[in-house]
Amino acid sequence: MNGKTSAGRRMKNHLLTVLVVVAALACLVPLVDIVWIVAAKGLAAMSWSLLTTVTSGVAGGLANAISGTILLVVLALVFAAPLGIIGGLFLSEFASTRVAWFLRQGIDILNGVPSIVLGYFGYVTMVEWLGWGFSLLAGAITLTMVMLPYIMRAAEIAMTRVPRGWREASLALGATHSTTAFRIVLRGALPGTLTGLIIAVGRAMGETAPLIYTAGWSNYMPTASLTHSPVGYLTYVVWTFIEEPFASAHALAYAAALILMLMVLAFNVGGRLLLKRRAL
Amino acid sequence: MSRPTPWRESLIRATSGICAASALFFLFAVLAVMFVFAWPSIIFNGWHFLWGVPWSIGNLYGGNFVVHNGIEAPQGAEYGMLVFLVGTVLTSLIALVVAVPVSLGVAVFLTEVAPARLAAAVGVLVELLSGVPSVVFGLWGVEVVAPLVGHGLGIFLTRTLGFIPFFAGPVGTGVGLLSAGLVLAVMIIPIIAAISRDILARVPRDMKEQGLALGVTRWELVRTIVLPYARSGIIGAVVLGLGRAMGETMAVLMVSGSAINILPHNVYSPVGTMAANIVALLDSAMTDSTGMAVHALAELALALFMITLIVNLLVPVVTSGVNIIAGTVPGAGGEKH
Repeated sequence: MNGKTSAGRRMKNHLLTVLVVVAALACLVPLVDIVWIVAAKGLAAMSWSLLTTVTSGVAGGLANAISGTILLVVLALVFAAPLGIIGGLFLSEFASTRVAWFLRQGIDILNGVPSIVLGYFGYVTMVEWLGWGFSLLAGAITLTMVMLPYIMRAAEIAMTRVPRGWREASLALGATHSTTAFRIVLRGALPGTLTGLIIAVGRAMGETAPLIYTAGWSNYMPTASLTHSPVGYLTYVVWTFIEEPFASAHALAYAAALILMLMVLAFNVGGRLLLKRRAL
Repeated sequence: MSRPTPWRESLIRATSGICAASALFFLFAVLAVMFVFAWPSIIFNGWHFLWGVPWSIGNLYGGNFVVHNGIEAPQGAEYGMLVFLVGTVLTSLIALVVAVPVSLGVAVFLTEVAPARLAAAVGVLVELLSGVPSVVFGLWGVEVVAPLVGHGLGIFLTRTLGFIPFFAGPVGTGVGLLSAGLVLAVMIIPIIAAISRDILARVPRDMKEQGLALGVTRWELVRTIVLPYARSGIIGAVVLGLGRAMGETMAVLMVSGSAINILPHNVYSPVGTMAANIVALLDSAMTDSTGMAVHALAELALALFMITLIVNLLVPVVTSGVNIIAGTVPGAGGEKH
């Protein structure tokens, strides 16, 4: 073999290694930097009273925002989980190939709709037209639209992975199609479905755009009323308070960002661990 | 054991079918409501909306109203979305130019170069960080990227690439097009990289082994076998990343400068994007007693919906292997569904 070409080829090969390592660093360095900054400045701002007092102006605590975020996501989950899981069951067990294809297109498109468009839809329909005002229900229903596609597709994927033999065994024992679907497939797909739910919750917690003009913002703890009472949430604090010129506002923004990151990370890790431990 | 009767069977099927159709219902509801709500603006502004530069809610205090095409609006009201369209396209373009090579590099690194254990660790890290909320990316953009562009990178670019008009100064504060594009790039790299990795991992082992048996180097293997085999899937991942970038709201809102009425004159100029400016402009739009400002924002949202719809519909067209959601479901590995 010609030595010159060989050296050139070897150099190109080394170049590839260098390039992809640089790419990996270029991907990781910003992400590590984000975690680092949020952790450092967030921890510096963190205190016990932050978690127990409400926001006042651009100072105070985050108790209202933390409880608001949890309330909004839990209520959205109450709507999205049954719709998503049973819808996923339909796609995997009952729908004909053509119907399933058609529904999947709709789900994927809804998943790709920018969340601010969903937020504007929520504002126009629920806040204005139905007259609910900025409220828990308007925010939660808008979040439902964000969570639903992911939950439904994750559930469907988990269900299609249940071995065919399980279904056949159930049918051979005389169970109907629907009994098989609910007793065998739904149960067999539980780990994957739960993982989808948990990751969807983590995502919903980090959403801002769907909530700004549906949930509004409130300095007070959420009330028991579903409508006519705005709700505070953590992402709002990060977005608005970092633009304020006060140190107390910046501290709150970083503390909120840290709490958000920890919550999102906990849900992401939890969901993946669950899948790993109880995978089919 | 009680056997469900046939009517119960069909009731169960129908109910679960309704659940599955709820996503479709929401989709059509959003489309219909946005269209109906945008209608006064569509009539008032006409085709001018698509290429007009000024975005003005008019004089709210004069008490004078104009009627155009039968629709009433404050005097001087005029709506065009060109500034926001250009802002959306340019920020997404910068994001893609930066993100695509980096993502491909990461994918090749994870599948072909890194030892298995390192690849697994980096892969999990990238996946976990794809869940970072967009406001946190925005926070980082405000604190790190914008100052970096304003005081370092921007000045460096004007010195080195300044002969290209779009890269010439002034650099300004750093809040603007370049910062928004860079933050978007950081946001979409994990998405494009994770999906590309799954696609590269599916290149058949024997194809690679045949290449290696012929004595090709790893560079040649990647260039002549792996990347061509995975091309359609990678294009799908890139289009998916583009869709995300175009619809991203909060991070862009925080670092773009929310420009209105003026097109960017260089890569450091403040810009407004369609998604970000819906948030930025809605508060003031609510003060318009004729409601035209809110209708115009609905038309802007409808246009954004249409653009992302077209981009997302391209994904299954350009690719046969990736799915928008399946690619991000853990354990699903982005395979066909």
